[in-house]
Amino acid sequence: MLTLSVAGVVLFLVCLQFGAQDVGLGEIVRVLVQALWDGQVDRESVGTTGVILLQVRLPRVLLGLFVGSSLAAVGAALQALLRNPLADPYVLGVSSGAALGVSLAMWLGIGGTVLTLSALPLCGFAGSLLSLAVVYRLAVSYGRLPVHSLLLAGVVLNAILTALIMFITSIMDPNRSAGMMSWLMGTLTAPAYPALAILTAYLAVGITALMRQAQVLNLMTLGDESARALGVETERAKKLIYVIAALMTGAVVSVSGMIGFVGMVIPHAVRLVLGADHRLLLPASALVGGMYLMVADTVARTLLAPAEVPVGIITALAGGPFFLYLLVWRKDRLA
Amino acid sequence: MSELFTGREPIRAAVSTDGRDDAGLAFEVQGLRFRYSSAFDRSARWTLDDLSFQVTAGEIFGVVGPNGSGKTSLLKVMAKVLRPSHGHVRLFGEDLERLSQREVARLLALVPQESLQVFPFTVAQTVLMGRYPHRRERAWAAGFGWDSPDDIALAEQAMAEMDIAHLADRLVTELSGGERQRTVIARALAQAPRALLLDEPTAFLDLQHQIEICSIVRRLSAERGLTVVLVSHDLNLAGQYCDRILMLKDGALFRTGVPHEVIRPEVLRAVYGCDVLVDAHPESGRPRVTLPGPASR
Repeated sequence: MLTLSVAGVVLFLVCLQFGAQDVGLGEIVRVLVQALWDGQVDRESVGTTGVILLQVRLPRVLLGLFVGSSLAAVGAALQALLRNPLADPYVLGVSSGAALGVSLAMWLGIGGTVLTLSALPLCGFAGSLLSLAVVYRLAVSYGRLPVHSLLLAGVVLNAILTALIMFITSIMDPNRSAGMMSWLMGTLTAPAYPALAILTAYLAVGITALMRQAQVLNLMTLGDESARALGVETERAKKLIYVIAALMTGAVVSVSGMIGFVGMVIPHAVRLVLGADHRLLLPASALVGGMYLMVADTVARTLLAPAEVPVGIITALAGGPFFLYLLVWRKDRLA
Repeated sequence: MSELFTGREPIRAAVSTDGRDDAGLAFEVQGLRFRYSSAFDRSARWTLDDLSFQVTAGEIFGVVGPNGSGKTSLLKVMAKVLRPSHGHVRLFGEDLERLSQREVARLLALVPQESLQVFPFTVAQTVLMGRYPHRRERAWAAGFGWDSPDDIALAEQAMAEMDIAHLADRLVTELSGGERQRTVIARALAQAPRALLLDEPTAFLDLQHQIEICSIVRRLSAERGLTVVLVSHDLNLAGQYCDRILMLKDGALFRTGVPHEVIRPEVLRAVYGCDVLVDAHPESGRPRVTLPGPASR
């Protein structure tokens, strides 16, 4: 854990370094320290680079960190509850549900009001809760749902929800629909600090709440009946964890769109190294997920600089093949 | 907190809520009916039909019957994993419905028939899960679920008891059937229960491990006064190791009593619909079931 935290800080600084304009590592530390020391940021005190760093790059890297952590933690929790190591909010259609909720809100103009901060994540929450409920009903009605059927259900749900999102996009004002398309592909844009603070609080509460359920998640991997026999109030625990997962997915999707496969790849990789114990897996996945998305977003920013690639494309290109590898070559360990 | 972890639970359930002294009874099952709720078929037959029986504390109680006679469902209802449709179950004098899932898990442990694990937990982690019902939920650190030294000591003791201490760091996903079964029983022992419910504990085991598990169960029952409810389709096993046996037929109680009273040719003919030979075991004198040879057909 300590190693991971140190690696996280180093990566954080390195990611700040890259961008359309490279900034030296020493410069970054100087500006950060000065900003923390003085508590104020203006052109005179930190210079132009400092302003870029503090107003644009820093919030964006932080956003990547939080979004990545949340996606990875939610992915780990869903995998345990569904007893399916390939579960992921994106693959199961939960992210699409959130995206549909958010795009509906945008289309209806709710997003344009003062309520921007609270309304969009809430609509995302409603959407993701709804699609989670659908996926969960499928899992329940089949009793012991084989890994592949659940994925298939997710694929179909995804297709339906994406069609609805596309429909909304097509009837929207063309000027706004372009922005929405890039959001849908998964983009991190530098948020204003108050918005970032609210989102951070939201996600920190979510991750902490999930971590308090770590032992319950461990027991849930034994299956409902065994977990109940060991003293878990399974119905209550499942509702609680699904609601937390939906809330976090909703919040994440409302700011960053559909960033895929982070929630599947990261817990999987961490589990290979650290084992399946969620008391360790959840915080470690959150850390690694945050680092992964920071790096992926740095790649997205610099690959075609000054133009940007949506980070969702990077994570999908990196995570998709890994997913296929697990699905095809490691299937003996999944069934 | 040490009195919480002395291996045996403090006898808190000895006096029942309504003042009756039921310390002598582990289970009282009254007019129990159960069926799996089905949205499509309201007229589905009862999986368990009007069962009433008692299990004395400290005895080894066998539940036998043909496939589909409701043995496993009965065990799950007794462990509060399934809820009865009618009737009630009292556990050490207290109504099961009034105990929380956690309280139930401190009093009894269930060893299910099969336990599949897709995630790479180690044997030690799996056994430690048995300490979950003893965690104090309110404490902040315990909320994150870290194990106390007492938890670890008890888990180690349970692993030693089941002879799997050397497997502690192996992954459960890579164990053989017998090793996995012993891990699950060790997890149940780590719960420090007063009653142990076993569902076909020897189903996947070879001869050596069958004998081993049975003798461990009998020793625990003798040494710790552990009540054991054993579901098995193996009449010889039940006849050998159980103090009393309950024979289920189509979810209803067909006969209950000591092995001699239950394992009789006429009972087996009525329940299983086939003729078998029943004689006395050469060592224990307990009833022994033998399939008829080709000559007798």
